[in-house]
Amino acid sequence: MSAVVELAGVGRTFAGSPPVEAVRDADLVVEEGGYVAIVGPSGSGKSTLLHILGCLDTPTSGSYRLRGIDVGGLSDGDRTSLRGAEVGFVFQAFHLLPYRSVIENVMTGLVYNRTPRRVRRERSRQALERVGLSHRLDFTPRQLSGGERQRVAVARAIAAQPSLLLCDEPTGNLDTRTTSAILDLFDELRTDGLTLMVITHEERVSQRAERRIEMIDGFLGEAESS
Amino acid sequence: MSAVQPLEHRIVKSRFALSDLVAEAFSGMLARPGRTMLTILGTVLGVVAVVATLGIAKTSGNQIVSRTDELSATSVSVSNRSEGGFRSPSNNVSSIPWDAEDRLTRLNGVVAAGTMTRVDTSGSLVSSVPINDPLGQSEFAIDVVATSPGLFEAVLSELSTGRYFDEGHSIRNEPVAVIGSGAATRLNVTRVDQQPAIFVGDTTLVVIGILDDVAREPSLINSVIIPNGTANALFGTGAPAEVHILTELGAAQLIGDQAAVALSPNEPETLRVSVPPEPRILKSGLQDDVNSQFLILGGISLLVGAIGIANVTLVSVLERVGEIGLRRATGARRRHIAAQFLAESAAMGLVGGIIGASLGVLVIVAVSAQRQWTPVLDLYVPLLAVPGGAVIGLIAGLYPSWRASSLEPVDALRGGT
Repeated sequence: MSAVVELAGVGRTFAGSPPVEAVRDADLVVEEGGYVAIVGPSGSGKSTLLHILGCLDTPTSGSYRLRGIDVGGLSDGDRTSLRGAEVGFVFQAFHLLPYRSVIENVMTGLVYNRTPRRVRRERSRQALERVGLSHRLDFTPRQLSGGERQRVAVARAIAAQPSLLLCDEPTGNLDTRTTSAILDLFDELRTDGLTLMVITHEERVSQRAERRIEMIDGFLGEAESS
Repeated sequence: MSAVQPLEHRIVKSRFALSDLVAEAFSGMLARPGRTMLTILGTVLGVVAVVATLGIAKTSGNQIVSRTDELSATSVSVSNRSEGGFRSPSNNVSSIPWDAEDRLTRLNGVVAAGTMTRVDTSGSLVSSVPINDPLGQSEFAIDVVATSPGLFEAVLSELSTGRYFDEGHSIRNEPVAVIGSGAATRLNVTRVDQQPAIFVGDTTLVVIGILDDVAREPSLINSVIIPNGTANALFGTGAPAEVHILTELGAAQLIGDQAAVALSPNEPETLRVSVPPEPRILKSGLQDDVNSQFLILGGISLLVGAIGIANVTLVSVLERVGEIGLRRATGARRRHIAAQFLAESAAMGLVGGIIGASLGVLVIVAVSAQRQWTPVLDLYVPLLAVPGGAVIGLIAGLYPSWRASSLEPVDALRGGT
C-alpha cells in the first residue's frame, strides 16, 4: 500500500486581527483505497483542510504530499495541473453547467487534462454508467432530481480517474433516500480502489467510512471507528 | 498494490486546446441565445452604420460622376479672349492655330479635340436640289460651320447615316459636308448613298453624312458642317475661332491649365479657357459632412456595443462564479479561464460583425434600389467589419475575463450554484 495523502504538521493561518488558525499541526496519512470521513462542528476547519487536501489552498506551515509530490513547493500553475490530474471534487452545491447536457457536464471534467476529444465522450459515458445514469445522457441538469444531479457531479469527478475523491458535504442537499443511494455509490467506488475523503456533519454518512477523523478548533483527532 | 515511486511521478501540465476554447466560446454564447442577441445588438447597429455609410457614400459618389456630371466634367473649350469668337466673327486675328487638334491630342488626358468656326457666308441661304413646290419653302438660313475632323468625337456626336469627313477632305479642299439632323429634315435629305448635293448660295456641297445627335454643342444639329480647308478655300474663313476638348474623367482641370499654353505658347493670355466648375467638389463636400456624422454615430454605437458586451460578460462572470471555481478545480489555469471569457466576448463581437456587415450590405442595396443607383462598395469594408467586430468583442472582454481569472478557486467554489 502506498500513501495518497501525507500531512505532516500542517497548519493554515489566515491573516487578520486576530489571525485565525483554521488548521493546526495536522498529521494524517491516508493509504490508497482508504475511505476517511472528517467530521466536526461548523467552523472547525474542515473546509480549509479539504481545500488544502485538494490543492486549492496551500498550508502556511508543515508539509503536504499528494502521491508523494510536495504540494507546498509547487507554483500556482503546477498545483492547478496536479489537482486536475489527481483530485476529483464533489461539492454540496453540484456546480453543474445548467445549459449543457449531462454528458457535456461530465466531459468538462476532462477538458483541461489532455484527454483527446473522442476519448472524453467515451470515458464520460462510462463514468455515467458507473453512477447509473446511462439513460440520462442528453438531459439537462434542470430535468434531474437532486440525487441525480449529485451523481452527475460524481461522474464528472471520477471521469478523470483521479487518485483522490474529495467530497464536501456531498449529501447536504439530499433527502434520506437519495443520501443512501449516494453512499452506496461511494462504497462501490471504494471497492474499485478509489481513495475517498468525505467531509460531513451527518452521523450516518461518517459511519459508512472506514476511518472517522474528528476536527475540533483546527485540531485533528482520530474518532473511534464505527 | 505495487509501490509508487513518488519522485518519478511527473505532473502533467494542464492545457486548454484551441478547438476546446472555440467550442466553449460558442456553446457559452449559444447557451442563452436571447441574451446573446440583445448583447450584440449594439455592435450590429454600429457595424451596420459604418458599412452602410461607407457604401452609400461610395455608391452616391459614383452616381454623381457617372450620370449627372460626366458630360460637363470632361468638357473643356477654348476661345479667343477678344470679342471674336463663334457668334460674332470679326477681323481680329485668332490665336488658335490650324493644327490645334494635333497639338491638343498630344496632351495626356485629352481624348479628342477639334476646332469649330462659324463660316461667314455673307447671308447666303442653303438649299437642296430644287423642287418646284410653289407652297413649300426651299431655301433656308442655316448656319455653316467649319471644323476639324476631331470635333465630332470631341462633342460626342453620333451619325445616323454616312460618314464623317477626315483630314484628307480638308487638305484637298473637297466640297463635302456633314449636316445635322435638323438641317437634314429641313433640306429634305434622308440618305447619302446617292451623294445628294446641297447649295450654299452658289456653292455646291456633297452631303456625306447626317448627324443623329450631338451631346455637346447641340446647335450643330441645325448646321451644315464642312472641313476647315474647304471652308477656307471656298469662304475664306481664316483661323479657327474655338476649340472643343473631350478629356478623360478627372483631367478637365489639368487640361484647362495646359490648353492655352499648348495652343498659343507665346501669348496664352489671349485665349479664354472654360473648364467645368467641378460640381463634385461642392457635392462631395456636403457628402463628407453627412458621412462623417454617420461615421461618428456608427463609432458611438460601436462604443456602446462594446460596453454592452463588456457589461453582459461581466454579469455572466459573476453568475458563473461556481463554474469558474469548478473549472479551476478540474485543472483550468487562470489563463485558461481568461481565454474562455475573452473568446466568448470575441465570438459575440465576431457574430455582431458578421450580422452587421450583412445587414449593412443589404441597406446599401436597398437604398440603391430605391434611388435606382448601382450599388458600389469596396470589398474590404464588409470583410474588415467582421474581424473588426471580433476585435471590439475582444477588447470588451478584457476586464471581465481579468476579473474571472483573478478569482481564487476557494472563493469561487464557496459562492455560485
